[in-house]
Amino acid sequence: MTSDTQNMKITDNAEDLRPEISMGRERWTVFKRDPLAVASLWFLALLVVVAIGGKLITQYIPVFDPSVVRLSEKFLPPFTPFTSEIVPADEAPPFGVYLLGTDELGRDVFNRMLEGTFVSLTVGFVAVGIMVSLGILFGGLAGYYGRVKLGFLTVDTLIMRFVDIMLCFPTFFLILTVVALLPPNIYNIMIVIGVTSWMGTARLVRAEFLSLREQDYVIAAKSQAIPEMRIIFQHIVPNAIAPVLVSATIGVASAILTESALSFLGFGVQPPDATWGNILSDGKGFIFDAPWLTFIPGLTILFVVLAFNLCGEGLREAFNPKLRERH
Amino acid sequence: MTAFIIRSIGQRIVLLFFISIIAHTIVHLAPGEPSKVDPSNPRMKAEDIQRIRDAFHLDDPLHVQYFYWIRDLASGELKSFKDNQPVLEKVWDRFLNSLPLFILATLITWCVAFPVGIRAALHRGSLYDRSSTFISYALISIPGFFLSYMMIIFIVKTFDVPVIGMRTFGLENAGLLMQSMDRIWHLTIPALMTATAGVAVLSRYVRSQMLEVITQDYMRTARAKGLSEDVVIYRHGLRNAMLPFITMFGLMIPGLIGGSVIFETIFAWPGMGRLGYEAILARDFPVILTLNLIAAVLTLIGTLASDILYAVVDPRIKF
Repeated sequence: MTSDTQNMKITDNAEDLRPEISMGRERWTVFKRDPLAVASLWFLALLVVVAIGGKLITQYIPVFDPSVVRLSEKFLPPFTPFTSEIVPADEAPPFGVYLLGTDELGRDVFNRMLEGTFVSLTVGFVAVGIMVSLGILFGGLAGYYGRVKLGFLTVDTLIMRFVDIMLCFPTFFLILTVVALLPPNIYNIMIVIGVTSWMGTARLVRAEFLSLREQDYVIAAKSQAIPEMRIIFQHIVPNAIAPVLVSATIGVASAILTESALSFLGFGVQPPDATWGNILSDGKGFIFDAPWLTFIPGLTILFVVLAFNLCGEGLREAFNPKLRERH
Repeated sequence: MTAFIIRSIGQRIVLLFFISIIAHTIVHLAPGEPSKVDPSNPRMKAEDIQRIRDAFHLDDPLHVQYFYWIRDLASGELKSFKDNQPVLEKVWDRFLNSLPLFILATLITWCVAFPVGIRAALHRGSLYDRSSTFISYALISIPGFFLSYMMIIFIVKTFDVPVIGMRTFGLENAGLLMQSMDRIWHLTIPALMTATAGVAVLSRYVRSQMLEVITQDYMRTARAKGLSEDVVIYRHGLRNAMLPFITMFGLMIPGLIGGSVIFETIFAWPGMGRLGYEAILARDFPVILTLNLIAAVLTLIGTLASDILYAVVDPRIKF
């Protein structure tokens, strides 16, 4: 840092010191080199739109209501036109076609998948939100206040030993235990997945903090008597966020998978809320009569989780300083 | 070295103590009790529930219950709430069932992941590399039970053989050869399904380790000496790339319990994961707690083993 400044032409104008290409733009250039990652990003953006739109239309437009039961219409394969004379016309599926078929109660799978998109993504994002917040909190505390002593133990020892303890539990078994003992509702599942997965993030954040807290700009900030909380959250956290972003992206993928695995064992999000996981686990009983009930949610989970993983991998490359081209 | 081992064993025992306390607290503080598993049963009267609560010490304070648990566990007298069988014996039976599944799955994982990963690293950017990367991600992303269902249907329809459970019903009187073939057949599919995610993760990891190694100076030196390409890659490259996998191996041991819940449930394999699942359904606290503790012990043994192996294999590491 110091040698760089000496070599540089001294200017008064801070604007001249700006690099030609901003950090974000440079990362975006690296990210764009991976076509799969870019495609995944667009796919996920589309998915968020579908999720929010799906939530709104399934809630407010009666034609899209996923809970309409039409017992005479059960197990119709995808693309069956609506021709029933028993079911009243106002309970017809959207566009007069069962786009993705119907399930064992004659509910429209297309509507249920639309509703499930919102719920599944919410489970993923909220769980990861909890995971990242706890990870930054504990990792940041251990990294920044690591040398502070509480009694005979330092903060760092205390927190990192706790992380070690948490890592010793078999994660899925722990989630299963807690979810099975708690009353089954969607919030408990999000919280439990989040609370049992923050340890990796905490380790990453701690490592970043340990190197960042000795940097010149932090010392400069301290010398200006800027409050510590502001140094941590405005000066250090933005610089430590890159690896967290990568692990968060992959975390959403694994939260969606965990939710579907819990649904499979019967501990997932309970009806009437539809998620991809419980549509899939309801459908598995009819795999020979109605294979679309298994394949549609199964393949949806596969593609969405794949998109999150590929996107996370693209971000990892983009944030990897070794791959950045020097200009 | 000896001092290091003794110190880390000591640290791990302290960790284990805290783990057991946390596990005990989580399980007992969560709502839902063994006495409430069957609330609709009309024959369960208030005094019956009270008798159950007394028998299981459920009305005692938490630390007293913790003490009872540890005392019974240490003396081997811990009984399951559900059927009053000794817990350790139950777990041991299931452990013997899980072990072959775990060993075969681990073998498949390592035997497939290494060749795939090494080849991908050597042909970086080729079609093979890109497609193996994509397939790995697809395998990580597919829900395990969905893939297993596809596999069961495929196997049963194509080869017309049963794959659920540990053996085919009605083959008890068959010859030894027939029985062992049947056993292997039943073992292979669950092991393969357990291994898929592992193969995908490990082959990515092997690839990135190999990529690190093959750009090193000593690789160029080895080539410059005129060594054959195989010797360069496998003796000079692979050996150095192998180091981090010692840690991986240690960390895979606890998968014996946690990773197998789903697959053992699908394939009706009476192993430890399934025992845990059944115990959770029945609120069988002693079994849940003991399994959690065993998993923690396995994790700690795994990390200890990898620490020691690291020191043995890598002469640069000194204690």
